[in-house]
Amino acid sequence: MPQRAPAHATSGPAPQTPFFRSISRLGPAVRPILPRLVAGLAAGLATSALALAIPQVLRAVIDQLVANGTQPSAVWGAAGVVLLLGVLEAGMMVLRRLFVIEPSVRLERQMRVAMYGHLQDLPVAFHDRWGSGQLLSRSVADLGFLRRWLAFGAIFLVVSVSTVAIGAVLLFTLSWQLALIFLAAALPIMVYGAVFRRNFSLATRRSQDLAGDLATTVEESVHGIRVLKAFGRGREALESFAEQADRLRETEVAKARHQAVFSLVVTLLPELALGVGLVTGIWLTATGQLSIGSLAAFFATAAAVAQPVESSGMLVGMALTAKTAVDRHFEVMDAADTITDPADPEHPAATRGALTFRDVVFGYARRAGDGADGGAARPGGDAAPAAVLAGVTLEVRPGETMALVGATGSGKSTLLQLAPRLYDVEAGSVEIDGVDVRRLPLAELRRLVAVAFEDTTLFSSSVRDNVLLGAAVREGPEAEALLAEALDIAQAQFAYSLPAGLDTRIGEEGLSLSGGQRQRIALARAIAARPAVLVLDDPLSALDVATEERVTARLREALTETTALVVAHRPSTVALADRVALLAGGVIEDVGTHAELLARSAHYRWVIASLPEGPRNLDTEPGDLEEAR
Amino acid sequence: MSTSTTRAAFGTAGEDSLDLSREASRAVRRRSLRLLGELMGPVRGRLAATLAMVIVSQATRAAGPALIAFGIDRALPALAAGDPGVMWLAGGGYLAAALTTALLTAGYVTSTAALSQAMLLDLRVRVFRHTQRLSLDFHEHYTSGRIISRQTSDLEALRELLDTGVGALASGLMFMGFTAAAVFFLDWRSGLIMLAAAVPMAVLARWYQIRSQRAYRASRVVSARLIVHFVETMTGIRAVKAFRRERDNSAEYGRLADDFAAATLRSIQLHGVFQPGLALIGNVSVAAVLLAAGVRVLEGTLAVGVLLAVVLSTKRFFAPLEQMAMFYNSFQSAQAALEKVSGLLEEVPSVQPPRDPVPLPRARGAVAFASVAFSYGEGPEVLPEFSLAIPAGQTVALVGATGAGKSSLAKLVARFYDPSAGAVTLDGVDLRRLSTHDLRRAVVMVTQEAFLFSGSVADNIALGRAGASRADIEAAAKAVGAHEFISALTEGYDTDVTKRGGRVSAGQRQLISFARAVLADPAVLILDEATSSLDVPSERLVQAGLSRLLSRRAGNDGSRRTAVIIAHRLSSVEIADRVLVMEAGRVVEDGSPEELLARGGRFAALQAAWRDSLV
Repeated sequence: MPQRAPAHATSGPAPQTPFFRSISRLGPAVRPILPRLVAGLAAGLATSALALAIPQVLRAVIDQLVANGTQPSAVWGAAGVVLLLGVLEAGMMVLRRLFVIEPSVRLERQMRVAMYGHLQDLPVAFHDRWGSGQLLSRSVADLGFLRRWLAFGAIFLVVSVSTVAIGAVLLFTLSWQLALIFLAAALPIMVYGAVFRRNFSLATRRSQDLAGDLATTVEESVHGIRVLKAFGRGREALESFAEQADRLRETEVAKARHQAVFSLVVTLLPELALGVGLVTGIWLTATGQLSIGSLAAFFATAAAVAQPVESSGMLVGMALTAKTAVDRHFEVMDAADTITDPADPEHPAATRGALTFRDVVFGYARRAGDGADGGAARPGGDAAPAAVLAGVTLEVRPGETMALVGATGSGKSTLLQLAPRLYDVEAGSVEIDGVDVRRLPLAELRRLVAVAFEDTTLFSSSVRDNVLLGAAVREGPEAEALLAEALDIAQAQFAYSLPAGLDTRIGEEGLSLSGGQRQRIALARAIAARPAVLVLDDPLSALDVATEERVTARLREALTETTALVVAHRPSTVALADRVALLAGGVIEDVGTHAELLARSAHYRWVIASLPEGPRNLDTEPGDLEEAR
Repeated sequence: MSTSTTRAAFGTAGEDSLDLSREASRAVRRRSLRLLGELMGPVRGRLAATLAMVIVSQATRAAGPALIAFGIDRALPALAAGDPGVMWLAGGGYLAAALTTALLTAGYVTSTAALSQAMLLDLRVRVFRHTQRLSLDFHEHYTSGRIISRQTSDLEALRELLDTGVGALASGLMFMGFTAAAVFFLDWRSGLIMLAAAVPMAVLARWYQIRSQRAYRASRVVSARLIVHFVETMTGIRAVKAFRRERDNSAEYGRLADDFAAATLRSIQLHGVFQPGLALIGNVSVAAVLLAAGVRVLEGTLAVGVLLAVVLSTKRFFAPLEQMAMFYNSFQSAQAALEKVSGLLEEVPSVQPPRDPVPLPRARGAVAFASVAFSYGEGPEVLPEFSLAIPAGQTVALVGATGAGKSSLAKLVARFYDPSAGAVTLDGVDLRRLSTHDLRRAVVMVTQEAFLFSGSVADNIALGRAGASRADIEAAAKAVGAHEFISALTEGYDTDVTKRGGRVSAGQRQLISFARAVLADPAVLILDEATSSLDVPSERLVQAGLSRLLSRRAGNDGSRRTAVIIAHRLSSVEIADRVLVMEAGRVVEDGSPEELLARGGRFAALQAAWRDSLV
C-alpha cells in the first residue's frame, strides 16, 4: 500500500519535549526486559574492551620482537592471547544478541498489537483526522525503528562513548603527543556529526514528504484514470508528475551531497591525524621517546577508536529519530477513547427495536478532545464549525421503516451514524427501547444496530466472509442459509457466478466489483447481521431501476420485523418506508406518510418530487407501484 | 516468444506465480536486464567515471597500512641515520593517500546518487506514462492497488539497490582486491593465510546469503499481509465498529504480528550468526598471521613494520563482506521488483494512438457505428454486430437494465475501447485515426464515480480545460448549479477537497465533475450515470443546466452539441431527442420519446413504472 501524503497538517510543529522525558515514557514497557538490555550492554562493553586489548598485545609482542634474545615461545604466547581475545570478542557479540534481540522483538510486537487495539477503539472522529498512511507508518516503521534502537542504537551509543573514552585513555598511555593529535581530529567530528544529523534529517524529512506527495499523485492518477482519459489530460498529468519526481530527485541528490560531505569529514580528519601521527611517531621513536611496539599499538588502537567516532553521527541521529518515534507513538496512544462502554451498563429486557432521537445536537470537529490529535490546535480552529444537527427529535417505532429525506448536506448520513455510536451526540440523546445508547455495552448496541454505508467498504476476503461479517453464526448450514437469504434479498445473485463463487476474494486485494455490485454486497451484509434496528444510507443509489425495484420489494418483506431508518434521495427508495421524516435546517421539520408530506410540505415536494410540473399524482400510494407495472 | 511458457510470463500474466518454468524465468530475467540496460544507457559516461573513482579511492585506501609499514621499516632507520627525507615521504604519502581516498569517496557517493536518481526518474516517468497509456480493459483487471505498488514499493526496492547497494558492492570488492594485493606484495606468506581464511568466509557468506534471502522473502510476505490488514481496518473503521469486528480483528492482527515478529527474529538471528562468525574468522586469521609473521621477524626474515601492516590489513580485509551480503539482499528484492515493473511496461495498450492522425480540429459531432461488434478482450460478445448513426446535435438517451450494454456502447464512443469489428466514426473519421488531442477535445465522458484529485475545487473543475480562467470555472459551476454550495465552503473555490476533512458529499462530487465536463465544451458529451447520487433538486438544476448546455456550444457557430446520456432514472430522457432501448447488447427500440411512448413497448412500460415511482 502506498502511504498517503502526510495528511497530518493539522498538528503543526509539535511542542518539543526534552529527549529523556520522551524516552522515559517507554519505561513501563521496557522495564520487564531491562535486565536483559543491561546484560546486553555489558556484553557490548566487553566486546569493545576486548577489541581495545588486542593492540596492547600487539605492542607487547612487537616490543619483544625488536628486543634481542626473544624466544619463539613468546610469539606463540602472544598469538595465543590474540586468538583467545578474538574468540572472546566473537562470543560476546553472540551473547549481546542473545540477551537483547528476542525480548526487543517481543516488545515491538506487543507495542504494535496494543496500538492496533487502541486504534480500533478510538472513535471515528479520530480516524476522520488521521490518514491511514500516517497511522501505518507509526505502527510499522516507527515501532520497527524503536526496536532496532533499543537492541542496537541505544546500546552502541553507550558502547561507542565508552570505547572512545577508554581508547583515548589508552592512546594517552601509549603517547600523549600522538593522542592529542588524534583527539584534535576526533572532537570536531563528533560536533560536526550532530550538526550534520540536523541538516540531514531536515533533508530527509523533505524528501519523505515529497515521496509521500508523489505516492499520492500516483494513487490519484490510477484511481482517477477514467477522468484523465475522458478529458485527455494524460500529458498534463505526466508533466506535473515528472516535475514532482524531478523535485524528489533533486532533493535526493542534495541529501547525498550532505552525506558525501559528512563522509569526507569523517574519513579525512582521522586519516589526516594518522598521517601527522605517523611523522610525529617516527620522530618520537627515532628519538627514543616511544617504542616501536607502542607506535604500532597506537595505529591499531586508533583504528579501533576511529570506527565508533565515525558512527557517532549515525548513533546520535538514531537516538533523535527514536525519540521522534516515541513521541509519535504516544501521540496516538494518548488519544482518549471518548466512546467507551458505560461503567454500569444497562441490558434492555426484550428488544423491540424502538429508535428515538431526543433533541440531538451534533457538529463535526467541534470539541477539542474529539480527534485528540495530541492537543495541537487546528489552524484557524478557534471558530467552531456550525452544528449539523441542531435539536433533532424523531421516533421510529418498533418494526417500522422510516425514510429520512433532506437536501444534499442536510445531515442525513450524520444522523444515522449516531445510532450505532460511531459518533456521540453533543447534547440530547439517542435511545433504543428507551435506553440511552451510551448506557448500552458497545458490543451489544452494535449487535442491535446494523448499517449499510453510502461509501461501501468491503474487506479483502471472500464474498461469504464479507456478507457474514456481522452475523451471529458464521459457519455451518445455518450461516449458509442466512447467506443465501441475504444475497437473495439484496439481489446479489451475481456473487454465485463470480470466478470462485461465494469464495471469490473481493476488496482491494481481490476482484474489483462495480459500484452497484459493491452496494448490494454491503446491503446483504447489513441484512445478514439480523439486527433489531437496520440503518441504511441511500442503499440503492447505484442500482438500475429494475434491480432497485426488486430489492425494494424483497426488503419490504424482510423488514416487517425490523425497525429501519433509510436515507432516501428518491421517491423509489421512499417506497420502502411506512413513514417519512424530513430533515431541514438541522431539525426534523415534518413526519408523515409520503402522501401526507407531499400534500402539506412545500419543502418536501421540492426535495423529493422530480416531476417538473409538481405533484400531480397525489393519489398514488407508494405501495401501488407493483400494480402500476 | 511464441511458446506457451513464455506467453504465460508475458507482461503481468505470470506475476503472482512463484515458480516459473526455466524458459519463462529466463525470459523474465532477460526482460528485466534489458530494462536495466536501457536505463543505464543515457548515463554510461557518468557510470564509468563513478567506477573509476571507486577503483582509485579503494586503492589509496588499501595503501594505508603499507605506508605505515614503510614508515616504520624505512623512515625510522633513515631518521636514526640522520635522513628525515624518508619520514616526510612516508607522512606525505599517507596524507596524500588519505586525501585522495576521502575526496574520491565523497565524489563517488554524490555521483552514485546522481546516477541512481537519474535512472529512477527515467523509470518513474516511463511507468507513469505507460500506466496512463494502458487501456481501461487493463486497468479493469489489474487492480489499482497493484499498479500503485509497482510504482511505489517496487521502485523503492530498486532505489535502495542503486543508492546504497551498488556503491557498497563495487567499493567492497575493490577494497578487498587491493588489500589482498597489498598483503601479497608485502609478504606473500601472510597473503596465503588470508586467502585460506577467505574459504570459510566465503562458505559463511554463501550460507548467509541463501538463508537470509529466504528469510527476507518470508518477512516481506508477512509484512505485506500485516500492512494490508492494518490499512483495511483503518480505512474501513466504520464498518469494523458497526459490525463489531474488533475482537476478531485483534486476534487476526495478533497472529500476523506474531508471524512478523517470528520472521524478523529469524532474519536477525541469521545475521546474529553471520556477524560474529565474520569477526571470529577475522580474529583467528589475525592471530595466525601474527604468529607466522612474528616467527619470521624473530628469524630476521621479515621487517617489523611489515608485520604491523599485514596484521592491520588482515583485520580490515573482511570488513566489507557484511555490506556485500546485504547488497545481495537488496539485489534480490530489486530484481524481483524489476521483473514485475518490466512486465507492466511490456503490456501493450489495446487502444493505440494513430501513427498518421487525421486532423479534426473542429468536430461537428456526428457519431456513427458501422457494423460494430464488441467484446471485452477474449470474453463473450457484449455488443453483437450493429450499425447506428447519431447526427450532430442530437441528444440520445440510452435506456435498459444493468448489463444491457449501455456503458459499453458509450465507452466505444469515447474510445475507452476499440470495437472488435467494424468502426466507430466521428464526422466520418474512424476514431482510431484521430489524435488523442483531437479526440479528447471533441468527446468527453463523465462517469458515475466522480473522482476528485487533491487540490482546490477550482483546480478540479479546471481539469476540464487547460488554462481556464476563474471566470470560466465559475461560469461552469453556475451552469450545473454547483456555484452555491462551492461558495458556501470555507474557502470557496479555493477549498481543498482532499479526501478527509473536505466533506464534499457524493452528490456534490458529481456536480463538480459535471462542471468539469461543461468547461471542456466538447462536441460530443457522454454522461454515464453522471447524476446517480444527486438528490432531486440538484438533479433538476443539472437537467436545466444540461438542456441549456446542449442547445448551444461556446466558441462554435451556435450549433447544438451531440449528447449520449445513460441514466437509470428516466428524468434525463425528457430532454432527449431520441431514445435507444437496449437489451442483451442490442438496440431493441429506437425513436423519439413520444413515438416510443405511443408505440407502447418496453420504453412505455419503463416510463410508466418510473413515473409512478416518482411520487
